[in-house]
Amino acid sequence: MITEKIELPPEQIPDPGPNRILSPGHDYQSVSERIGGVVLLPLVNSPKKWLVGAFISFIFVNILMFCMYVLFFRGIGTWGVNIPIGWGFAIVNFVWWIGIGHAGTLISAILFLLKQDWRTSINRFSEAMTLFAVACAGMFPILHLGRPWLAYWLFPYPNSMWLWPQPRSPLEWDVFAVSTYGTVSLVFWYIGLVPDLATMRDIAPKMWQKKIYAVLALGWRGSAIHWHRYQKAYLLLAGLATPLVLSVHTVVSFDFAISIIPGWHTTIFPPYFVAGAIYSGFAMVLTLIIPMRAWYNMRDLVTLRHIESAAKLMLGTGLIVAYGYSMEAFFSWYSGDKYESFMYWNRMTGPYGFTYAMLIACNIAIPQLLWIKKVRQTIWAVWVLSIIINIGMWLERFVIVVTSLHRDFLPSSWGMYIPTKYDWGTYAGTIGFFLLLMFLFVRMLPSISIFEVREVVHHEAHERQELLEAQ
Amino acid sequence: MSQLELSPLEDIHGAMAEFDTPEELIAACEKAYAEGFRKMDAYAPLPVEGLAEAIGFKRNKVAFCVLIGGICGAIGGFALLEWITVIAYPHNVGGRPLNSWPAYIPITFECMILLSALTAMISMFAMNGLPKPYHPVFNIPEFERASIDKFFLCIESRDPKFTPDGTLDFLRGLGGKEVTLVPA
Repeated sequence: MITEKIELPPEQIPDPGPNRILSPGHDYQSVSERIGGVVLLPLVNSPKKWLVGAFISFIFVNILMFCMYVLFFRGIGTWGVNIPIGWGFAIVNFVWWIGIGHAGTLISAILFLLKQDWRTSINRFSEAMTLFAVACAGMFPILHLGRPWLAYWLFPYPNSMWLWPQPRSPLEWDVFAVSTYGTVSLVFWYIGLVPDLATMRDIAPKMWQKKIYAVLALGWRGSAIHWHRYQKAYLLLAGLATPLVLSVHTVVSFDFAISIIPGWHTTIFPPYFVAGAIYSGFAMVLTLIIPMRAWYNMRDLVTLRHIESAAKLMLGTGLIVAYGYSMEAFFSWYSGDKYESFMYWNRMTGPYGFTYAMLIACNIAIPQLLWIKKVRQTIWAVWVLSIIINIGMWLERFVIVVTSLHRDFLPSSWGMYIPTKYDWGTYAGTIGFFLLLMFLFVRMLPSISIFEVREVVHHEAHERQELLEAQ
Repeated sequence: MSQLELSPLEDIHGAMAEFDTPEELIAACEKAYAEGFRKMDAYAPLPVEGLAEAIGFKRNKVAFCVLIGGICGAIGGFALLEWITVIAYPHNVGGRPLNSWPAYIPITFECMILLSALTAMISMFAMNGLPKPYHPVFNIPEFERASIDKFFLCIESRDPKFTPDGTLDFLRGLGGKEVTLVPA
């Protein structure tokens, strides 16, 4: 046991500014104790905000359970879906959640391959976010099946009915894409955790804690040969996760694009869905990590550099999304197809026109503030913008799903979609479920990759050495 | 710990020395390799570039395993879909061909990624011999810092050049601190 007393640093730790990914003065031991200390902190010493937040999320989990109970007991009729709007909140929320998950994979895999050193302190956190977001996303397609207890029929397995799923359908592609994505995210996350679990095993003060972490760490002992294979496996997983993350949201967009509904049947959907997914994912990372670094006093580990970089990526992907919207509008006019042009005109001015206006405001107009450096470096402003973008991305999916469906080809089959309290309850409930998992994760596992921060310490020591030798 | 009476060679896992920085550890490993030691392992709390090579590790087979896993996944996924649509459940939709392979690409791709990712994890852990709850190096109390801030070199007793006293002296000569024998 190395640390005798575990507590958060008493005074407020300053942020080292937009140029550093780690405060100066950290060494291998101090980063281990700082990051591990958050987990080993006794529950009674947890920040009050953590306790209140976890409790509120738990209430929302109960709301989710209740809504699911009503759904299973009384059926899909408790939701607002109807004909023609057969895809309501379930698909809106599914796409929203799965999109949020994508930033985790982007940060951990793509930024790893691009050697972006600022990913280090936030990758573990965003990978956890990915896993929990995929868990929330996966719930909705199952809930909206009508008979959710038969969800396993989606998988190809030999059965007594001699039936097989239809593998030419994008809905079946979705089953494979989402389940592969969930599994690979879990593998990636767990492999990243193993060396840190070994650290937790060695710094934990109590025997029962040591035992739990020892089992999870699989006996990791930091052998050089193990590290060599470990890094190769991690690099390969990053290389595999990169095309995977692009394919998953492409397949999700195929759910729409392969159909012949005006407003869905466009080739621009895959790239613009992927950009939107990353956009919303970065927004969610910022929404969560800004309070977390404040509550646990981790401004020296998650710095303005991380927040500003994420904000820049948000701005960039947001512009791709804006391009997607404008091309969608342009082609519905340029195609000359009367169904397409009616659909878009109705989307902007019809009964759901206000959602489109809000979407443009939240996703395109307001985020342009991120061009201003002062805004990017003001923590609360970035946080507020990240919430606005989260709302905007949810509205995007609502607009795509609902406005494309509610005016069918024949006016006799036009309809309106009004979500019921169970729709809202299920949606709010999954947010609670997601947040509760995040709250528990922060308390149970090191939420920043300790060994990768050690690499940053090592790297910075090297640079200082070279600087000294040059002088 | 060297005062522990560990006389027969079977009771000794090896001789261990502690270092403060990765650079010292690499230098020590290189010297030990040049001295003719082959059965040894270095332990570090972070991946250190060139450390595995310094103790003579050459063949990393993880990438090859992942390639095999990916090929199996792609072939298996595609074969499954062909079998479903052509043999097990042929379904005539407006006279379109049963073997509609372009529609199988997404699932084939996902199966390839899934199997290669699982292979990466399993092959890495299997070749590393993990999970391994007990290992002699954990007998040294100081070794818990191998996952925090210290660097260790352990020359193992199965090395033909290993002699308890001679190897300890050699490690002291390399500048290692806390030089001890590791009970097996």
